[in-house]
Amino acid sequence: MSMTLVQVVIGGLLLGAVYALFSSGLTLIWGMMNVVNFAHGDFVMLGMYTAVVIWTSLGGGPWASVPAAAIVIATLGVISYFFLVRHIMKGPMLAQILGTFGLALFLRYGALWAFGANFKSLPDNLVGHSFVLGGIRFEGSRVLAAVVGLGVTFALHLILTRTQIGSRMLAVSENATAAQLMGIRPQRMQALAWAMAGAATGIAGALIALFLPISPTAGETLAIVAFVTVSLGGFGSVTGALVAGLLIGVVESLTAYLVGPIYKEVIVYTLFVLVLWFRPQGLMGKA
Amino acid sequence: MYKVVRRALAAGSALIACSLAFGASAQDAVKIGVIYPLTGNAASAGNHAKMAAELAADIINNGDPELAKLMPIAKGGGLSGLKGAKIQILSADNQGTPQAGANQALRLITQEKVAALVGSYQSGITQTESAVAEKYSIPFVAPESTAADLTERGLKWFFRTTPVSVNFAQAYASFLKEQKAAGQKIDSIAIVYENTEYGTGTAAAIADLFGKEGFNVAMKLPYAANGPDVQPQVLQLKEKNPSVVIFISYTADAILYAKTMKELNWKPTILMADDAGFNDPAFVKAMGAQVEGLVSRSAFADGKPGSIAAIVDALYKKKSGGDGLDDGSARAIQGFLALADAINRAGSTDPNKIREALIATDMPSDQMVAGYNGVKYDAKGQNTLGSSLVIQMRGGKYVPVWPKAKATADIVLPYKGWSQ
Repeated sequence: MSMTLVQVVIGGLLLGAVYALFSSGLTLIWGMMNVVNFAHGDFVMLGMYTAVVIWTSLGGGPWASVPAAAIVIATLGVISYFFLVRHIMKGPMLAQILGTFGLALFLRYGALWAFGANFKSLPDNLVGHSFVLGGIRFEGSRVLAAVVGLGVTFALHLILTRTQIGSRMLAVSENATAAQLMGIRPQRMQALAWAMAGAATGIAGALIALFLPISPTAGETLAIVAFVTVSLGGFGSVTGALVAGLLIGVVESLTAYLVGPIYKEVIVYTLFVLVLWFRPQGLMGKA
Repeated sequence: MYKVVRRALAAGSALIACSLAFGASAQDAVKIGVIYPLTGNAASAGNHAKMAAELAADIINNGDPELAKLMPIAKGGGLSGLKGAKIQILSADNQGTPQAGANQALRLITQEKVAALVGSYQSGITQTESAVAEKYSIPFVAPESTAADLTERGLKWFFRTTPVSVNFAQAYASFLKEQKAAGQKIDSIAIVYENTEYGTGTAAAIADLFGKEGFNVAMKLPYAANGPDVQPQVLQLKEKNPSVVIFISYTADAILYAKTMKELNWKPTILMADDAGFNDPAFVKAMGAQVEGLVSRSAFADGKPGSIAAIVDALYKKKSGGDGLDDGSARAIQGFLALADAINRAGSTDPNKIREALIATDMPSDQMVAGYNGVKYDAKGQNTLGSSLVIQMRGGKYVPVWPKAKATADIVLPYKGWSQ
């Protein structure tokens, strides 16, 4: 394998880890309460703008903007839960879809109004320049995003499987009434899920902002990738999102390099359809 | 009963007479539909173009004393050919999609009854919108869309003020020949282009002409503009290592290419961009310092103080809150002014009369905001006097470097890129 090909694969893995990072919030919400958050991409976008605001008006670097975005988007998640999701969950599936889709448009055009349509960009020296390791070039900001992405995925996985809070959340997702009889407050757990998902999504946005241009419509493209990642990995599976994200990243990079950039979506979506054909529950989802 | 009816009739006719008299004294505004991508991927360029059109209307409606000395149309008080009718802009958002664009064109024509349409930056969208205008026999002026085939469709109501891909390809070929004669290494050329109408059309025009001129186009690399990663493309370039790369890109992808080339540490001898994303103020602000020596084209160069270009530039800065005129906004203003000039000469909002006036357009170069030699359409509606300058990124700012007659600085090659 030539060095360039190794570089392509590494680039794909880094990209994939980032995909996993901004998909974990989406899959968590689905796993917890069977709600598809169509505003997910716009949560990521607002995470990016939080980083812009922290950087440009408050002078903080990524060490300030990442935690700040986590808090801001977690708050946004909880607010969305109490004022919108909690109510539309009682309605039919279509109400949920239109409800969160409406939220998406509200956030997108709100951002357009508040920040303007111009692309914004963070200075690219925030986390150091690219470095060379064994003949392969690494972009500092993407490596940081990938490492944090793996960390966040792992942390979410641990919280869900190894802690009492996680067990309570899972109990609510399996049977809210039964959980309530056991003394667990379903709404509190669901709000907590939105907070955790929001925090993960905010972190993703603040990190992606380090290397992607920021605009009110940035969430649109990212949302599609997130949906594909989540359904390929298995709705509700945090580790599935990680595996699927890495897979999509590598396949995209290899196709773009070997076949041509305009073919990468075709190949990825063909793969996606094939996987769902044989495993409708996704790679790691429960049947 | 009879009396009541007669009174009502009298009152009614008095009302009608009143409204007629009112209509004659204060002209109805001339409605012009302005469709741009105000949201979506090209929103930044679209909003700047919209501001440019608004500024043009403002100059005609309210005038500017300094500009009036140079341009008769800037005297203020509306269109003199229509008894001082003001221009009313009805702007619409095509969201950067051909379908939404066509819907907006239909709405503006059938419901708002606009006299003419202006738009829409992205060629693929201008295509669908102008098809709607054609169907309803409403003039459509395209100030920025450059894809070659827009004027090859045999439309009767389509007029384009901007120079087009073929003109740019010719400018690039002459420019590169001069650089080759001056000793720059130009043995292979790569064209990297976004794969909608704009990129595909421009790339084809360049590849075509370059083939005839004896250049070696070694690589053509199409891509979709909205992806989050361009590393595979840059790695392909790095491996083939062409001496000249021409990028045909929108803003987000332009920023990504500039960043990724730096991250992967690769530079060609000459890095060229076909305007668009690389001229977006957002690109210049974010990446200007990292692409020293980048060559692009522009129809706008801020002229000497007191010139039309300089005055309009200052007015635009005031309107936009800081951004000066660039290639996109200068062409947008120019297109709108050319349409206003035609409506003024038509002396009417009748689409047929406006079309006749557009066909008869002959604006001289000393009335231009953009760096054209004038506006005069051929039988296909294409401006034959459009021309382009080659500009170069120097210290985070574009300066005109070619042709020599319009240059304010000498060209410096090879491409320098980022400082270590």
